[in-house]
Amino acid sequence: MSDSPNAGPAIQFRNVGYRLNNGTILLRDLNLEVQRGETLVLLGRSGSGKTTTLKLINRLLTQSAGAIYVDGQSLDQWDVIRLRRMIGYVIQEVGLFPHFTVARNIGVVPHIEGWPADRIQQRVAELLQLVGLEPQLAARYPRELSGGQRQRVGVARALAADPAFLLMDEPFGALDPITRAELQREFRALQQRLGKTVVFVTHDLREALLLGTRVALMESGQLIVTLKPGEFMNSSDPMVAAYVDAFKTEVAPAPGGRDEP
Amino acid sequence: MNVLQFIQQNHTEVLELTAEHLWLVGASIALAVLIGIPLGILITRWPVLGKPVLGGANIIQTIPSLALFGFLLPAPWIGARADRLAILALTLYALLPLIRNTYTGIRGVDPAIVEAGRGMGMTDRQLLWQVEFPLALSVIIAGIRVATVLSIGVATIAAAIGAGGLGEYIFRGLAMVNNQVILAGAIPAAGLAILADTSLGWLEKRLAPR
Repeated sequence: MSDSPNAGPAIQFRNVGYRLNNGTILLRDLNLEVQRGETLVLLGRSGSGKTTTLKLINRLLTQSAGAIYVDGQSLDQWDVIRLRRMIGYVIQEVGLFPHFTVARNIGVVPHIEGWPADRIQQRVAELLQLVGLEPQLAARYPRELSGGQRQRVGVARALAADPAFLLMDEPFGALDPITRAELQREFRALQQRLGKTVVFVTHDLREALLLGTRVALMESGQLIVTLKPGEFMNSSDPMVAAYVDAFKTEVAPAPGGRDEP
Repeated sequence: MNVLQFIQQNHTEVLELTAEHLWLVGASIALAVLIGIPLGILITRWPVLGKPVLGGANIIQTIPSLALFGFLLPAPWIGARADRLAILALTLYALLPLIRNTYTGIRGVDPAIVEAGRGMGMTDRQLLWQVEFPLALSVIIAGIRVATVLSIGVATIAAAIGAGGLGEYIFRGLAMVNNQVILAGAIPAAGLAILADTSLGWLEKRLAPR
């Protein structure tokens, strides 16, 4: 979609807090900027607030304190439907519509945007090629695909209307390690070509370092630090060091092989 | 004389009563679908209404059918013709399974799928008609199936208020203490119920997601 006239950050969090109705605080005083064309990885363990942060961007959740700006405009000034249609959204494989074919799944946003049928069909063909799927898969249903294929469809679906932003919530989390590595590599290449503004949620440090322009470490609803992947391994921050340590233990050859994280 | 001979000899009347029966059931199910499905959808959107709507439909279902026919008798326009009265009563009976299955069907759709749709910028209406309703359809059909089978049975009682249908034979047989006549009404009614059950069951399975 079109570039914004605003030169500032693509996405900006200012003193954002999120609490549940019962008072539980999931996110406190978050300040974060996502630059145009970068891939910002939100890294953290379960319950650290990374998915909450992601869902605040496309208003699946609404912050209880602070302000969030997308393209320089405060979220409460955005028409929520317009906002969501310019933000591609990828979640773990469960998000595909089981009653739609692959083609129909990929064409969801163009369809609700009212594109003519032939243009949707053409776009679907393009996207299948872009994410490395054979054209004949278009007529299949999600249940007839492998996990990796489904996830590719998920990425293609998010890219369908050529959004400037992509939000990805552990998109490769449910895949076997080999398929995951393959999709990570392909996604990195794709991202270098497309230059979308991406916010990517994961708990996997390796994935974060591979895909991120910058990595934001979150813990207990707070942003600990934002670092470039190169800086991450050498950081003296105790939280970062703890994460890196866990990662090192994991890759060190242990007797009897090692398990998946 | 056995039942089959009786049915054979009176086949025009049997067909007429079967047609009347189908009219009572068909009209009431159609009405119940037109009222029950929107009501079921409504309470998924305004959950506050859920309890009163489902509770109301539940209470109607506890009223004995013969009494319900009687209660509706004084109603204007409706009370003027027995078949209208019977259709109204049968519609009221059929509401509960329809409202309940529409509601549980839509609520039962995987929240991750609903969230994906919402996250992609579907409006509430698009989400309902493109995602939630199609995925809930087999559960809704199951509700129609239950309601139809129920109505076919209850409709036999409509003969007591002169609305016709296969119940005519059952009541006539009871009065005459003649089992053959009772069976001439009961067997075709049971046949209709089995037919409705299997065909709607087939449809339900065909429409089930996954």
